[in-house]
Amino acid sequence: MQLSNRSKKMVVKPMTLKERMYLPAIAAGLGITIKHFFRKKPTIRYPEVKREFSPVFRGLHVLKRDDLGRERCTACGLCAVACPAEAITMISAERKKGEEGLYREEKYAEVYEINMLRCIFCGLCEHACPKAAIYLQPDVMAPAFYSREEVIYGKDRLVENADKRANAGLDRVNGVRKLS
Amino acid sequence: MESVLIFKAIFILVVFGITLLTATYSTLAERKVAGFLQDRLGPDRAGPYGLLQPLADAVKMFFKEEFIPSSANKWLFIAGPSLAMLTALMTSAVVPFGDSIIWDGQEFKLQGMEINIGILYVFGIVSLGVYGIMVGGWASNNKFSLLGAIRAASQNISYELAMGLSIIAIMMMTGSLDLNAVVKGQAGFHGMAWNVFYQPLACIIFIVCAFAECNRTPFDLPECETELVGGYHTEYSSMKLGLYLFSEYTNMFVSSAVISILFFGGYNFPGQDLLPFSHNVITIIGAAVFFGKILFFIFFFMWVRWTLPRFRYDQLMGLGWKSLLPLAIVNVMITGAVILLTGK
Repeated sequence: MQLSNRSKKMVVKPMTLKERMYLPAIAAGLGITIKHFFRKKPTIRYPEVKREFSPVFRGLHVLKRDDLGRERCTACGLCAVACPAEAITMISAERKKGEEGLYREEKYAEVYEINMLRCIFCGLCEHACPKAAIYLQPDVMAPAFYSREEVIYGKDRLVENADKRANAGLDRVNGVRKLS
Repeated sequence: MESVLIFKAIFILVVFGITLLTATYSTLAERKVAGFLQDRLGPDRAGPYGLLQPLADAVKMFFKEEFIPSSANKWLFIAGPSLAMLTALMTSAVVPFGDSIIWDGQEFKLQGMEINIGILYVFGIVSLGVYGIMVGGWASNNKFSLLGAIRAASQNISYELAMGLSIIAIMMMTGSLDLNAVVKGQAGFHGMAWNVFYQPLACIIFIVCAFAECNRTPFDLPECETELVGGYHTEYSSMKLGLYLFSEYTNMFVSSAVISILFFGGYNFPGQDLLPFSHNVITIIGAAVFFGKILFFIFFFMWVRWTLPRFRYDQLMGLGWKSLLPLAIVNVMITGAVILLTGK
């Protein structure tokens, strides 16, 4: 049955003398391989040379603070709901008197954990967050893990350092990142 | 006389060292060339540009478990790799690495052993070379090893015939079995009267046969991993495996040297009689050029390995017996006829 006009009829011809000599074909093959020999190699020598990340790269999470150094997260749980891998768990707590400098909202996350083995770095948590609290850094990768205990990131490792803010580059509009 | 003996002793040690060193670094070069031909970089972690990789490999080989299968013939199992290495190293004794150094009125030839049957000696050792593989494969008491060994044996015997016949044409031209005389015979035209221009067919046949004798791709059937696991060295581990692999590279070095001597002028280089230098300097330049030729052919071995796929076994035998052997005989007859007609 003829399905298309593109089918090609194969004819197996006996090999010509040139083909049976192998040598012309071998010479042509050697020419092709030597061209690859001198070609520029695409290899990136990893530990010395690091690959440039795209500006929309989604790396390791960070829990942001606001300009006054207060934690933005209000433990609403929308990130946990949005997470397709169910990697986020949290326990909320009420802000006490005198803690206004620590937490921006009246409710905050007492425990906030991300299981980095479950996380697929899809960025939906960042997308879901109404307080712009969770953020996937564009320049930091999740490291390799040597034990299962290391895998679960608590607040001690997620909340950004007050005096060393994570590379924000927050050119997001309504939570959506733009290519800068 | 005494100074000649001392010189020879030192020279043989130097040649031995150079052979081993070249073979060692061939293992790195192989992986580097493989990488570059496949758009990769090859090993570059151990030392600058991966130059310490052979050292790391050797350390790895030494620290592996020395395993001898319970059903193997213990003595032959150990003798196999030793034989392979021994025969691989013996050939370089007759290779003329350069002309001669004149020191204090005495002439020192840059050749381990000045014998007038160099070509015969090389052939004798090359045909002994298959014993290492044969003995190792048989002693392993393993079907795959035995198959690999049988393949190696039949392949080597088949290609030795064509190889020998291709050289007969060279011997007819030179009129000597002495490797040094063969090189000297190519000194004409300011060092460019290479045999490859007079005997292109013999050259091609010889190179093809050299590939087969070294068990290199596209004739690496004795150790093809796809069908025979590892061929004759399936059961080997540790440094015994290392010796087998090492002997392959030593063989490559020696075959490259022999190819350069027989067809590419050995230590002759273009314009050698025009340079205004003393005899000794010319000899040293010639030796360097000879090494350059050897290194090029080692590279060629690797280049071909990463270009051509493996022959099927019947194709291999067909090529050896039905193409190369008749072609070599025809070449001998044509050479004879030309010598008869031109009278030289």
